[in-house]
Amino acid sequence: MVINNFDLLNIRLIAPELILICTAFILLMLDLIIKRKEIIAFTGVIGTLLSAFVSYKLYASGVSDSAFGGMFIFDGYAYFFNLIFYISIILTIFISLKYMSVEKASLGEYYALLLFSSSGMMIMVGAADLIVLYLGLELMALSTYILTGLLRTQLRSSEAALKYFFLGAFSSAFLLYGISLTYGLTGTTNLKDISSLLVALDLTGNPVLLLGLIFIIVAFGFKIALVPFHMWAPDVYEGAPTSITAFMSVGPKAAAFAVMGRVLFVSFGAVHVQWASILIPLSVLSMAAGSIIALAQTNIKRMLAYSSIAHAGYALLGIITGTPEGLSSTMNYLMIYTFMNIGAFAIIILLRTKDFPCENLEDFSGLAKNHPVISACMLIFMFSLTGIPPTAGFIGKFYVFMEIINAGYVSLVIIAVIFSVISAFFYLRVVMYMYMKEPKGEVALATSVPMSIALAVTVLMVIILGIFPDYLLRFAMFSISG
Amino acid sequence: MADIILNHLNYPILTVTVFLPLTGALLILFIKNSTYVRWTALSVTIATLFVALPLLSNFDKTTYKMQFVEKQSWIPSWGINYFVGIDGISILFIFLTVLLSILSILVSYKSIERKVKEFHISILIMETAMLGVFVSLDFFLFYIFWETMLIPMFILIGVWGGQRRIYAAIKFFLYTLAGSVLMLVGIVVLYFYGERTLDILALSRLYYPFTLQCWLFLAFFAAFAVKVPMFPFHTWLPDAHTEAPTAASVILAGVLIKMGAYGFLRFSIPMFPDATKYFIFPIFVLSVIAIIYGALVCFAQKDLKRLIAYSSVSHMGFVTLGIFTLNTQGVEGGILQMINHGIITGALFLMVGIIYERTHTRMIEDYGGFASAVPWFAGVFMIFTLASIGLPGTNGFIGEFLIILGAFSANKLIGVLSATGIILGAGYMLWLYQRIFFETLSPKYTKQELPIPGDLNFREAVVLIPLIILVFLIGLYPEVLLSYMHSSVEHLISNVNTGAGKENLITNYLMEIF
Repeated sequence: MVINNFDLLNIRLIAPELILICTAFILLMLDLIIKRKEIIAFTGVIGTLLSAFVSYKLYASGVSDSAFGGMFIFDGYAYFFNLIFYISIILTIFISLKYMSVEKASLGEYYALLLFSSSGMMIMVGAADLIVLYLGLELMALSTYILTGLLRTQLRSSEAALKYFFLGAFSSAFLLYGISLTYGLTGTTNLKDISSLLVALDLTGNPVLLLGLIFIIVAFGFKIALVPFHMWAPDVYEGAPTSITAFMSVGPKAAAFAVMGRVLFVSFGAVHVQWASILIPLSVLSMAAGSIIALAQTNIKRMLAYSSIAHAGYALLGIITGTPEGLSSTMNYLMIYTFMNIGAFAIIILLRTKDFPCENLEDFSGLAKNHPVISACMLIFMFSLTGIPPTAGFIGKFYVFMEIINAGYVSLVIIAVIFSVISAFFYLRVVMYMYMKEPKGEVALATSVPMSIALAVTVLMVIILGIFPDYLLRFAMFSISG
Repeated sequence: MADIILNHLNYPILTVTVFLPLTGALLILFIKNSTYVRWTALSVTIATLFVALPLLSNFDKTTYKMQFVEKQSWIPSWGINYFVGIDGISILFIFLTVLLSILSILVSYKSIERKVKEFHISILIMETAMLGVFVSLDFFLFYIFWETMLIPMFILIGVWGGQRRIYAAIKFFLYTLAGSVLMLVGIVVLYFYGERTLDILALSRLYYPFTLQCWLFLAFFAAFAVKVPMFPFHTWLPDAHTEAPTAASVILAGVLIKMGAYGFLRFSIPMFPDATKYFIFPIFVLSVIAIIYGALVCFAQKDLKRLIAYSSVSHMGFVTLGIFTLNTQGVEGGILQMINHGIITGALFLMVGIIYERTHTRMIEDYGGFASAVPWFAGVFMIFTLASIGLPGTNGFIGEFLIILGAFSANKLIGVLSATGIILGAGYMLWLYQRIFFETLSPKYTKQELPIPGDLNFREAVVLIPLIILVFLIGLYPEVLLSYMHSSVEHLISNVNTGAGKENLITNYLMEIF
């Protein structure tokens, strides 16, 4: 395949990514001349919105096409995940503004790196070829490593970055190994071609293919933080700047889910039985370890890290089904998770002031007395993460459970609901500290306008999607079929 | 559309009734002054009663069909509708809920001093969720209301409760959640079996294979048995009732624990008739254990609230027994007893709350000789004590009598055993009465260390009078409630009996052995 069809149509399809990357470069340069970080952040938001607008235009015009000789694709699936990324960038920027100055790490590069990382994720979900996928993944990962270590003066931030980097590099190696095994068997890295060659060359029972598949799944498992590849997550979540933790727990995770869905469904659809039987134990282990270990945490960032491991286990259930409806339930879950998780982290950031880290559960004691509104928001996020109606978290879980039962895995659902009851305990504990204990001292808030907007948006979305989920459900379903 | 009668009033009466309290809760968000908060909450609950009243006058008692039905498409992707309606069974619970909500706000006028706003918001959200459970005709809607209840109740117990409130709140939450999620799995299985519908009426018309019935019955049983609570799942109840503030105890005992039994009536029995018959014997045994065990444990209690909580376990044993006799007397008695228990136990918790405000102790040993100090209080307490025992002339008698009648025709031994529960009930209640009101006044009061508590005031009398009226009204003329449920109960029983299969034989055989 010679790249001779490098025409305007191709550029059009990657326009959203290009805009985001250009914005990131502009931010880097602006950082040299402008001192006020708010302007840089604001430019970043404008660039993101522009990219989102172009992406929407592409989607609305019904374009679902591959570009660059079948290396890249823009379809409803990619659009859906792009939307998750846009939402998480904008919310992250909003919750970061004040926080980064509180942490005395107000750097212009921060916003540029966020955008680079997001464009990497967008390339990942648009990849129709394993090589492009790898490129996107590395762009995303490298930017995130740096963001994790941004608090240079704090030991645990540097430690987190180093840990994340080493384990990330390790997982990239797994991915490459998996890709090369697949390539060795099929002679192609194109996702579609792999699927047809699997059948044509009768490779479905081939042990080497299975090995390649396992390596690829392991690599994605690292990025998603599935047990037993989750070891990095608690330390990194705890050490990274909280805003980046919020970002990491939704953006890169959603991206890894997206590519996992695409690779498994498009390329390895013929060996669904095999990969489902690999994913089922991963999912069960994630739900179990995430829920149980979270019970013992006293640091709320660490607790949310384990909670996010458990949630990855639930979201994975949708992929295990191997049906389009199942995949759409995972997408739906990730979208809802984006709002509730960023919301929960936003509260933690709000409580972080210059001389008070506010990361221990104890620090939440009696919060409801002095800050009733903030506590009510946190209460909604906690119940949503538990999956209690009428919050969006329930819709997410319900849809996933529904599809996995439809696919015939009733016992898996029973395991899942039992762990979701166990997980209720540690979410409730946060509510308990806020409402049922006496305050220890005055807790100040680091309020700012963007923060309030981000909180209002997340709370409203958690409630609205919980009561009127139909639009999101149709959107998720349509982006797969359309 | 055979089983429904659309709402013929010119406004959506059920929707307004259900969501009026929620609107009130939103309104309270913007009120600062706590006196205004109290009055707003009270007026909203009273308004809800008045909005619901046309239900009584326009209700057609001659049919089992769902009435005042409203149906709107809600989540078309899943084929889920906003579908509400009531029949002769649910209408009674609606009024029980509305009445007890008013009383629980009234009784909290003095006793709730902290976080007044949050308290009233919780109660109002609670009322919407409870009403929602009784009117829902779509499983999804039902489940949303069912689970939503947990949040305000968790807060009510955990924030305004007694010493061990946090333990009690979390225990309550986790127990109920664990039961409910298993029901959720059952609901999803039904959804696919019914070809993607969660319409309760449509799903009730289907016939399910016996094995599936059994699994689904067990899944639903998990949720309802915890809620009732039936014997081995009852341990959350004494803690939650004891630690909860008076208002929450009243709602818990009055309405919340009725939902489990309501669930059996609305879902388990009509949908899984064969499984019901298959499991009937174990359920009888659990009910009888609950009746006798609950009563015996009452004798050992030192804490006033805990005693009444355990008496609830015993009384709810009667309810489940009655419902599962599957004959008219038993089922009607069971439903009536649920309402009665709501009134009587609700009243007892209210009275304990009232006296606690004065004495600040729940320990029975700190009382004694109160009949001379608070004669009016003692008199009213006597009425409810006798109603709880089931003295003829009070409502408790009618309910228990019907249940035992039903139990005898279902199984003689079970009938005899359950009747002993009434004797035990008389024992612990009268002994309790004796220890509180007779004997001599505690030396703390005679030596003037503590002021002698005052008698009922006007507000408290207003709270108790409607309940006293109901005790005698139902006791002397039960038809006032029974007339509503006749057609619905008959329909239910005839439905169950048409689906008699071979599984009956096993149960019959087991019953003969005993």
